Amino acid sequence: MKSFELFKTFFKIGAFTLGGGYAMLPLIEKEVVEKKGWIDEEEFLDLVALAQASPGPIAVNTAVFVGYRLMGIKGVLVSTLGSILPSFFIILIIASYFTEMKSSYIIERIFMGIRPAVAGMVLASVFRMGRNVILNFKKLVFVIVISISVWMYKITPIYIILLSILLGLYINFKRGKLI
Amino acid sequence: MILLKLFITFFKIGMFSFGGGYAMLPLIQLQVVEINNWLSKKEFIDIVAVSQVTPGPIAINSATYIGYKIGGVIGAVISTIGVCLPSVIIMFILLKFVIRFKNNNFIEDIFKFLRPTVLGLILAAAMIIFQESVLGFKEFLIFLFVFVLSLKYKLDPILLTLLSGILGYLIFT
Repeated sequence: MKSFELFKTFFKIGAFTLGGGYAMLPLIEKEVVEKKGWIDEEEFLDLVALAQASPGPIAVNTAVFVGYRLMGIKGVLVSTLGSILPSFFIILIIASYFTEMKSSYIIERIFMGIRPAVAGMVLASVFRMGRNVILNFKKLVFVIVISISVWMYKITPIYIILLSILLGLYINFKRGKLI
Repeated sequence: MILLKLFITFFKIGMFSFGGGYAMLPLIQLQVVEINNWLSKKEFIDIVAVSQVTPGPIAINSATYIGYKIGGVIGAVISTIGVCLPSVIIMFILLKFVIRFKNNNFIEDIFKFLRPTVLGLILAAAMIIFQESVLGFKEFLIFLFVFVLSLKYKLDPILLTLLSGILGYLIFT
């Protein structure tokens, strides 16, 4: 029963993630953290950190994390399959019925509405999670500096992840407190 | 033989694409357009366009599409598995490692830094999506409307996605 629930949840996440990797974060937060309570807010951030540190789509990495947490290897198979099946079938249908892949004007209009909405939902997620993470002014500055370095200066996230792992190790080594 | 080639190529793409989404595009293009000639440049651009309007990660979408074109349904299955497998394996190893050392204080110290870092990364993603999609006042209104509904009233993301799609269809003429 639990494996069916897991499959269903990730199928839903896979089917409604429109607009790229980060667009799925609000949906995962809603389904996995809020509705099911399978992981808490803090673990959710750990999950995103690991998903960024590992190659491949965030969708798959997330499915592996939650699946393994809940049901071990079997959970990994169930949730990964659930998250990729919707796009697999949709692309298969498109590939076999349309010789020319073109999106129509109607679809383009629909997505002109969805894309700004994705920005709004992801930003709302940041605000919600920020309440648990940004506990002092130093941390707020830290978060803003990180976001500007990626947004404005186009630094690849994996380097930033590696850098903060090194910082963490250094602090652990020094046993001091930086932030 | 072609199936093995598909598997290896997409395994490689899955293995070396960090950062997800558009970060993967140059790597996918190099492998499928330039090295293997499975698609023309134009077909590749079309797949990117279609990926933007279908659910799911672009890496998986292009794996499924190219796999199908080259090797039918079996090709699609093999390419899709190939592109996902490295993430599954590496994520699995990372997870094992983290769980094994969970009570060591160095893991705790690392995550103390990683959490605000990741929050910054997600904030950057929101800003990038905002910059690319909010091109006028109408778009800004949708953005604001969804942001408030999501933060204040915790409306379901699926409902908000459907709602903003309908809104987009109605107001962009």
